[in-house]
Amino acid sequence: MKPVGNFVRAGLMVLALLCGGIGIAAGQATSIPSSRLIGPEDLVRVLQRQAVEKPLVLQVGSHVLYSQAHIPGSEYIGSAASQSGLDQLRKRVEKLPRTKFIVLYCGCCPWTHCPNVKPADDALAAMGFQNVKVLYLANNFGADWVEKGYPTAKGD
Amino acid sequence: MAPQKKWSLVAIAVAALVAGLILLRHGGGRVARPLATKGSLAPDFTLPQLDGRELHLSSYRGKIVLLDFWATWCVPCREEIPHFVELENKYGKDGLEIVGVSMDDGPEPVRTFYQQFHMNYPVVMGNANLGEQYGGVLGLPIAFLLDREGRISAKHIGATKPETIEKEATALLESR
Repeated sequence: MKPVGNFVRAGLMVLALLCGGIGIAAGQATSIPSSRLIGPEDLVRVLQRQAVEKPLVLQVGSHVLYSQAHIPGSEYIGSAASQSGLDQLRKRVEKLPRTKFIVLYCGCCPWTHCPNVKPADDALAAMGFQNVKVLYLANNFGADWVEKGYPTAKGD
Repeated sequence: MAPQKKWSLVAIAVAALVAGLILLRHGGGRVARPLATKGSLAPDFTLPQLDGRELHLSSYRGKIVLLDFWATWCVPCREEIPHFVELENKYGKDGLEIVGVSMDDGPEPVRTFYQQFHMNYPVVMGNANLGEQYGGVLGLPIAFLLDREGRISAKHIGATKPETIEKEATALLESR
């Protein structure tokens, strides 16, 4: 086989692998642009600031985890990886102005494995919401929020 | 004291009590976490398994127990399950018992998963109360290895290398 042919074939393989990788990443939290993320410290600052419009904070993960601990004032929506969770999310925000500041969070698993935040973020973007942030929790809600001593509430 | 004033005081006391209870339940304070740390006795529980039978953790005394908090939607948990199935096959006869605690919101996806992954150990449905007893299960997976007396010998937060758990379990199995 000609060297040029091998080179083209190798190039196509790399391209195919890259496309496959992008496809897999498309459903993951890691593909959310950093401009749409907010860190725990920044969110705490926003929530504690006086005389500013507070964001609507929505938990799009598991109810069992939410019942144990959640961000005070946040609302439980349900797993956005499921159709029922997505429906609930759309229903909750449908009447809000598209400029409303909304924060989504989950923290069920390490960021690289969270199945919920990306579909939730995509759903709000598709509805035209322009002021959405996703809380970046590298490990999980316990390690990156509760253990850090940030304000926490429990119950339904 | 005038009856009107007396009733006002009673009303204030009742309102304060109700407010206190609401704050306790929903308040913005930090969540108090009882300890489930290395060396402490694993909190006992009785919970229904997927087949409806009750599982008492205390009935496993004398065995080495791997208590795995997981959920069907948790990718690292899903990756660990086949390794746990293998561990049960390999060391079950020597006294290793694996107990899965699903933190799913309902049992239906767990039943399906159980069949699909050919799980060979009991799974109970966990809840928020149990999570709190174990120090807060606020991220999955979390695995506890318990010795024969029911004490926590190791706690692993997040996906753990199968060989690490196997090594710890076999060390406990060998200690009589």
